[in-house]
Amino acid sequence: MELATSRPRRRAVLAGGVAALVAGAAPFNIGRAQGSKLKVGVLLPKSGLQAQIGIDCQRAADLAPALLKSKGFGDMELVLGDTETNPQIARAQAEKLIDQGIHVLTGCFDSGQTLAAAQVCEQKGIPFVVNIAAVPSLTEQGFKTVFRNFPTGPMIATDAFLLQKEMYAATGKAPKTVVLMHVNDTFGTSQADAITKLIDKFDMPYKIVERISYDPAARDLSAEVRKGKGTNAEAVWFISRLNDAILMTREMIKQRWEPMGIISSGPGWYEGQYMQALGKHGDDVVSLVPWYDPNKPMSKALVAAMQKAHAGLTVNTNHAHTFEAMLIIADAYKRAGATDAAKLIAALEKTDIKDNVTVGPGVKFDEKHQNPKTRCSAVQNRGGKNLAIFPAEAAETKPVWPMTPWSKRA
Amino acid sequence: MDVETLANALVAGILTGMVYGLSALGLSVIFGVIRIVNFAHGELLVIGMFAALVLFRWLGLDPLLSVPLVAALLFVFGYLLQSLVIRRVAHLADHMQFLLLAAIAIAMVSGCLIVFGPDPQGVQLDYALDSFAVGLLVIDKTRLYAAIAAVLVAGLLLAFFKYATVGRAIRACADNYLGAQVVGLNVGRLYALTFGIGSACIGAAGCIILLLVDVHPYLAPGYTLLAFIVVIIGGMGSLFGALLGGVLIGVAEAMAAVVIQPSLKTAFSFALLIVVLLLRPQGLLGKAPH
Repeated sequence: MELATSRPRRRAVLAGGVAALVAGAAPFNIGRAQGSKLKVGVLLPKSGLQAQIGIDCQRAADLAPALLKSKGFGDMELVLGDTETNPQIARAQAEKLIDQGIHVLTGCFDSGQTLAAAQVCEQKGIPFVVNIAAVPSLTEQGFKTVFRNFPTGPMIATDAFLLQKEMYAATGKAPKTVVLMHVNDTFGTSQADAITKLIDKFDMPYKIVERISYDPAARDLSAEVRKGKGTNAEAVWFISRLNDAILMTREMIKQRWEPMGIISSGPGWYEGQYMQALGKHGDDVVSLVPWYDPNKPMSKALVAAMQKAHAGLTVNTNHAHTFEAMLIIADAYKRAGATDAAKLIAALEKTDIKDNVTVGPGVKFDEKHQNPKTRCSAVQNRGGKNLAIFPAEAAETKPVWPMTPWSKRA
Repeated sequence: MDVETLANALVAGILTGMVYGLSALGLSVIFGVIRIVNFAHGELLVIGMFAALVLFRWLGLDPLLSVPLVAALLFVFGYLLQSLVIRRVAHLADHMQFLLLAAIAIAMVSGCLIVFGPDPQGVQLDYALDSFAVGLLVIDKTRLYAAIAAVLVAGLLLAFFKYATVGRAIRACADNYLGAQVVGLNVGRLYALTFGIGSACIGAAGCIILLLVDVHPYLAPGYTLLAFIVVIIGGMGSLFGALLGGVLIGVAEAMAAVVIQPSLKTAFSFALLIVVLLLRPQGLLGKAPH
C-alpha cells in the first residue's frame, strides 16, 4: 500500500540523521582548583553499554580514601568523570579532569577508552594509574606517565591456559574442541589474538575450531550463538562484556546449546548483575580472570569495607583492581610527599607494595611501567556467588565440570 | 556450514525481520502522509519499551498484552506533539524540522535517563527461555510470539488505511494535499491523527521488542537508524515496503552472521542499502518521483 509518492529527500534525511546521531556534550572548562589533598581523577564508563561495570568500579574507588587513610596514607579527594563508554568522550573527559586540577588519573576499565585517556595524560604530563585495561600496547609504546597493575592480554591468556590445564587434570574431563567467541572491540580482539597466538605453546587437550567475533552493542545475539553452536565444539570460550554475556546465555538456553562448559577470560560472566539477571542459569560458568587474594590482610579490609557500604555485594575484579589502583596512588603520594606530577611519577616508578589485594606477590612496575607478576584465578559462579577454584593454593571449593546442563537445573 | 544452522538462521531472520518491519512502519506512515522525517522515531520506540516495562513491573502485564495500552498512550503523545509543536514548523525548511525533532529526541533520551537510569532492564517471563523444536528447527518462543504480534498489528494498520473512512481520508491527504483541502477535509486534524497513529504503531513495536531486547535509553539512535535503512530499502511511504525491508534486513543480518562473521552483519544492512540506492533509489516498493 502506497501512502504517497516519495520525493527525493534521502540526502537530506541521511544528512540530518548524521547530525542527530553525533550530538554530544561539550566539556566546560572550569578553573583549576587548589588544595592540600591529592586530587585523583576517576574516569570510568558510568553510562552507556558498560555503565554497570563502571558504576561497580566506582564503588571501590569511593571506599578508598577513607579506608586508605585509616591505614596511614594521605588525604585524597576524588574528581569524577564519565567516559559514556566512548573513547572520544574518554579523551575529552580526561582533558576536562586535568583542567579541573587533578594531580593523578585512574581508570578507565576499557582498553580503547584507557588508551584515549593515556594519550591525554602523556601529552599533559599527568600520571595515570590504570585500574583495568588489558591491551598490550598501553605499556608497549613507551608512555612515561602511564602505569598498569592489570595483566596484559597475553598474561591473561597464559594464566587462562595454565588454570584450565589444572582444572582438566583435577576433574579428568577435558574438551577436544573449543569455539572462541569474542567482542570485536580493542580488548576483545587483543585478547583473542593473544589466545590464538599462544595456544600452541601450552599443549592444550583441545583445538580451537573457530574464532567468532561479534559486536557487543548488537541488539540481538541469536545469530552469533547459532554460529557458535553450528561449530559443534564441546566447550565455548567467551571474551565478553556484561550485557552481551547475559544475552549470550539466554540465547544458548533458547537454542538448546549444551556445551561441556563455559569458560570466560573477560568481564561479564562473574558480575553480580549477571548472576542476578540469570539466577540458576548463571551458575557453573568458569571465569579465568585477575582476582583478589582473599587471604591478604588488605583484601580482608576491602571485603569488610565493601560489606559495610554495600551489604551482600561480593568483591570482584572491578573492585579489587580499582581499589588497588587507588592504593598504588596513595602509596606513591605518601613516598613523594608532594602532589607534583614529576615527583609522583618518580615515586610510582619505585613502587614496591607487598600488602596489596590482588593475586600475586605484590605491586612492582618494570621498565615499561607494567606489573609483570600480577596473576589470575579461576572463579566459578555457584549459587549466586563467585568461588575461587584454582590455583589450588587460593581455592575455596572444588570445581563443577562439566557444567550442569540447562535442562537439568533445579 | 550445515543445513540445520542455515535453516535456523533463516527462520530467526524472518521472525526478527517482521519485528523490524513493524518498528519501521510508524516512520513510513508519518513520512508518507505528513512528509516529516521523524528523527525521534527510536526515542518513541524506547518510550514504548519503558512504558511496557513499567506496566510489567506494576501490574505484571505481559508486554504483548500491554500493546493496546501503550499504543493508546503513544497515540495521545504523538497527536499532541504534531498539533502543538511540529505543526508550527511545517512551513520551515527541512533542516529546521530535522533540528526540532533531533532536539525532541535528545530531550526524550535525557528524560529516560533521569527516570530509568542508564542500565539495561528487561522483563522476566515464564516462557522467556523456552523454544519449540520442529524437526531441525529450534524456534525461540518469544521471537515467534513477537513476530505474530508484529504481523497482527501491521495487518490492523493496513486494514485501517484501506477500509476505514478516516484511513482513506488520510491517504487522500497524502495523495493530494490541495485536493483534500478543496473537498473539505480537516487536514490539520488528519495530520495529527496520522502522527498519533504512527506513534501508536511505534509504541506497539516497543512492547513487542521488549520481549527480545533489554531496554536502556541509548538504544534509541540505533533503532532510528535501523528504521531509516528499512524504509529506504522498502520504499519511503510504502507500508508493504517497510515490512519487506524489515524482513530483508532481518534475513541478511542473520545469514551474514552465520555464513561470514557476526561482526559484519551490520555492514550487510548498509551494503544492502547502498545497492538499493544505486539500482532503485525509490526503494523496492516505492514509486519513482514524477
